[in-house]
Amino acid sequence: MTARPGSSPPSFAAAMTPVVPDALVVTPGTIAPGRARTLAPLRREGPAKLTGEALYTDDLVFPGAWFGATIRSEVAHGRFRDLEKDPEFDWSQVVVVTAADIPGDNIVSLIKADQPVLVPIGGEIQHHAEPLALVAAQDRETLRAAKAGLRAVVDPLPAVFDPLDSDHVFAHYEIASGDLDAGFAAADLVLEGEYRVGHQEQLYIENNAMIAVPRDDGGITVTGSLQCPYYVHAALRRALGLDERQAVVVQAETGGGFGGKEEYPSIIAIHAALLARKAGRPVRMIYDRHEDIAATTKRHPAVVRHRTGVMRDGTLVAQDIEVVMDGGAYCTLTPVVLSRGAIHAGGPYRCPNVRIDARATRTNTPPNGAFRGFGAPQVEFAAETHLNRIADRLGISPLEIRRRNVYRVGDTTPTGQVLRESVAGEEVLERAAEAAEFERVRDRTARGRAERDGAGLVQGGPLATAAARTASGVGLALAWHGAGFTGSGEVKLASVASVQLTGDGRIEILVASTEMGQGTKTIFPQLVAAELGVEFDEVEIPDPDTSIVPDSGPTVASRTAMVVGGLCINAARRLRAAVEERHPGEAFADVYREDAREHGPTRIDQQFEPYPGIEFDDETYRGDAYPAFGWAACVAEVDVDLDTGEVTVRDVVAADDIGSVIHPVLAEGQVEGGTLQAVGYATIEEIKLRDGRYLNDRLATYLIPTSLDAPRITTILVEAPFSGAPHGAKGVGELPMDVGAPAVVAAIHDAVGAWIGELPATPERILAALHRRDAAAEAAS
Amino acid sequence: MSTVRFLVNGAPVELDVPGMRRLLDVLREDLGLTGAKEGCGEGECGACTVILDGEVVDSCLVPMCQVEGRIVRTVEGLARRTEDGVVLDELQQAFLEAGGAQCGICTPGMLMAARQYLDAGGGPDEEAIRTAIAGNLCRCTGYTKIVEAIA
Repeated sequence: MTARPGSSPPSFAAAMTPVVPDALVVTPGTIAPGRARTLAPLRREGPAKLTGEALYTDDLVFPGAWFGATIRSEVAHGRFRDLEKDPEFDWSQVVVVTAADIPGDNIVSLIKADQPVLVPIGGEIQHHAEPLALVAAQDRETLRAAKAGLRAVVDPLPAVFDPLDSDHVFAHYEIASGDLDAGFAAADLVLEGEYRVGHQEQLYIENNAMIAVPRDDGGITVTGSLQCPYYVHAALRRALGLDERQAVVVQAETGGGFGGKEEYPSIIAIHAALLARKAGRPVRMIYDRHEDIAATTKRHPAVVRHRTGVMRDGTLVAQDIEVVMDGGAYCTLTPVVLSRGAIHAGGPYRCPNVRIDARATRTNTPPNGAFRGFGAPQVEFAAETHLNRIADRLGISPLEIRRRNVYRVGDTTPTGQVLRESVAGEEVLERAAEAAEFERVRDRTARGRAERDGAGLVQGGPLATAAARTASGVGLALAWHGAGFTGSGEVKLASVASVQLTGDGRIEILVASTEMGQGTKTIFPQLVAAELGVEFDEVEIPDPDTSIVPDSGPTVASRTAMVVGGLCINAARRLRAAVEERHPGEAFADVYREDAREHGPTRIDQQFEPYPGIEFDDETYRGDAYPAFGWAACVAEVDVDLDTGEVTVRDVVAADDIGSVIHPVLAEGQVEGGTLQAVGYATIEEIKLRDGRYLNDRLATYLIPTSLDAPRITTILVEAPFSGAPHGAKGVGELPMDVGAPAVVAAIHDAVGAWIGELPATPERILAALHRRDAAAEAAS
Repeated sequence: MSTVRFLVNGAPVELDVPGMRRLLDVLREDLGLTGAKEGCGEGECGACTVILDGEVVDSCLVPMCQVEGRIVRTVEGLARRTEDGVVLDELQQAFLEAGGAQCGICTPGMLMAARQYLDAGGGPDEEAIRTAIAGNLCRCTGYTKIVEAIA
């Protein structure tokens, strides 16, 4: 079923990897069973990061730069009456910007034109921490004093906080296949369930940061921490009324993004630019952690309801699924997040009769946006937990019920997409289960549970040893993740990547794809060097700067390696052919410097072309939702403290099919990091709100896993190449984020016999579930 | 203002600074050593970790009045600069090869915590390594390759 890299396109395989006969299995503490590993180059910008020489935005020095700050709303909904200035303060020493200073549209350009750059006086405030005005000063002390001297006068309005209560719908999708009523009529068992997930903060360790510098041509150059230079470029042009050349966006070294620097940097760039324009000098907008958590986008909270019909042997016959996502106060990317959520809502399983109804509504909370997984982690937590409950009810193993239903080649998804190739759900499932010895461990945890039950140990009971107060469990989850943009997104984007031989004989890759830790700057030169037959170090890749790089699209949706990497390969092939045609019988590597001297520069601009046979109708939501899917399985082992409800995730085995492995170390790093973010999502990461305000907007109160919270992670990379990409790659960034949480929740159930339907599975929720379980058992006896 | 004398990566420094100015700001803004980063400003993330007289500290929590006469080591002092260029120290090289740095923002602090652990005689025991870097948050790696690099 699964092709090996040996069968992937020969030029790449021959240059990069000898035939790898098996999946790469890497256990913690070992360096390298993967044979390809020794051939993979070291991270391009690694030495600069390790010596402290890499320059992130806040490390950059712009002489004469002022410091900027944002005045934000302190209510969730209201009318902005006035901005009062303290008459005691000398306002001539600072600049203050309001909506009246915006030369272009007062809009943060994205899908809908609903979000203002600054709420105008008289306008409606839609969420807590919404930007109302800006101020800049030459030093931090003056800036603090100026901020203290500005007071927003606001008339509060009634606010909506529950997405189920909101009548403002940002997007609504319906996907249907088969005959739902007939499916339920035929079912042996119908099971319903409701699942809830809350906000999750991306928590890149580098806060958002942007520096704007006025240009001589009346434009602005912004340098900052960002994922998508051309998103920022479009937003700057619209709000400041600049032409294409007057707006220049440069990416500084970026300390993590995870989606949190996909759309949000646009508004910071505009703010910095407005201040710089008015002050006539560079302005630094560097968020501190408190502001970053309080104001920037989070993962969408969701409520997902499942009603599923299933046969006695576990075969799915009907799925009726309702998804409601909380978009927050403005649309941002919500329709696209919801779209991915809707398409993935059934999980990676064949089912003939399906209805998926997905909507996203507005609440008076800060806007939610992109975060690794982009709608899929929410719905796949629900789908997987629901399937595990069905297996539990039928007395079937979680592994077996997945074997019976997982998509195989030739199956059709609810959008009518026939899965023709690169379908590896079964393989990742079997590999993860085998490596984790899932069934054997499950037998052991079942014995432990039986012994505890037999001993009559009750919560808080006397004479129990510590070991008896800890319950161990193992859980399994499986997921699919559409590779690249949803539907016709990639066709509409029509990205361009360029490879050029410069006049002075250097090879350069020109792309807008950003490096934020995932490895763009390493894998692109690696792919191009392999195509050209030159050394890795001979290929350069300058920092993204919109004045020199083409628009190769945003660095999102796990599309960089698959889509833009594919464009780089094709551009390199054409460059090689052009040069070798001028030097018959000679190899590119031997003649390219000479060719540049004789013929000057050669630049190849490679534009995206639709993948053959892939079609999607955005109106009817029918067709090929993605060119291919990645597949992931996860087995988690946990210990639950029966007295405190605390969960320790001890071991995780993650098996991920990513099409082809370009760079094993970087690919494993993606799986390990994504897995830990999923473990955090499952166990500790939670935003508390009061009146639409995030209460825990600091690192002391919003917790992410430390090295001591992190499980031992074993990564298995599976390769089922996608034929539409020249290298077969399908992307890896988001895939591991989809499976970790349901695996952990399944393991908690295996340990204690109680289902947790709401993330995160905090000690409070676990203790409450144990009390419910015990009360139910007592009522039954 | 008071005059503070101390050693940074072996070089003597004498500065007139307010006693409550943060060591992190002095390193980054007065001395141009921007390796240490500010991730939270309240001692939770460890991105600003430096070594002060053999102790791992969050430099965002250290006022300059406590630095008088002391020895500060930062990430900039790890690699050797030779005529042939920069030579990474053993730990940096291990991070590079194992994939212990991704976005790199936690890396300078992580390296200093790890350097002190090793300098104090720490070995390859996984639990001990995880404890030594527990004050340094990383959001990219899942810590697996960092632990591997230190071991």
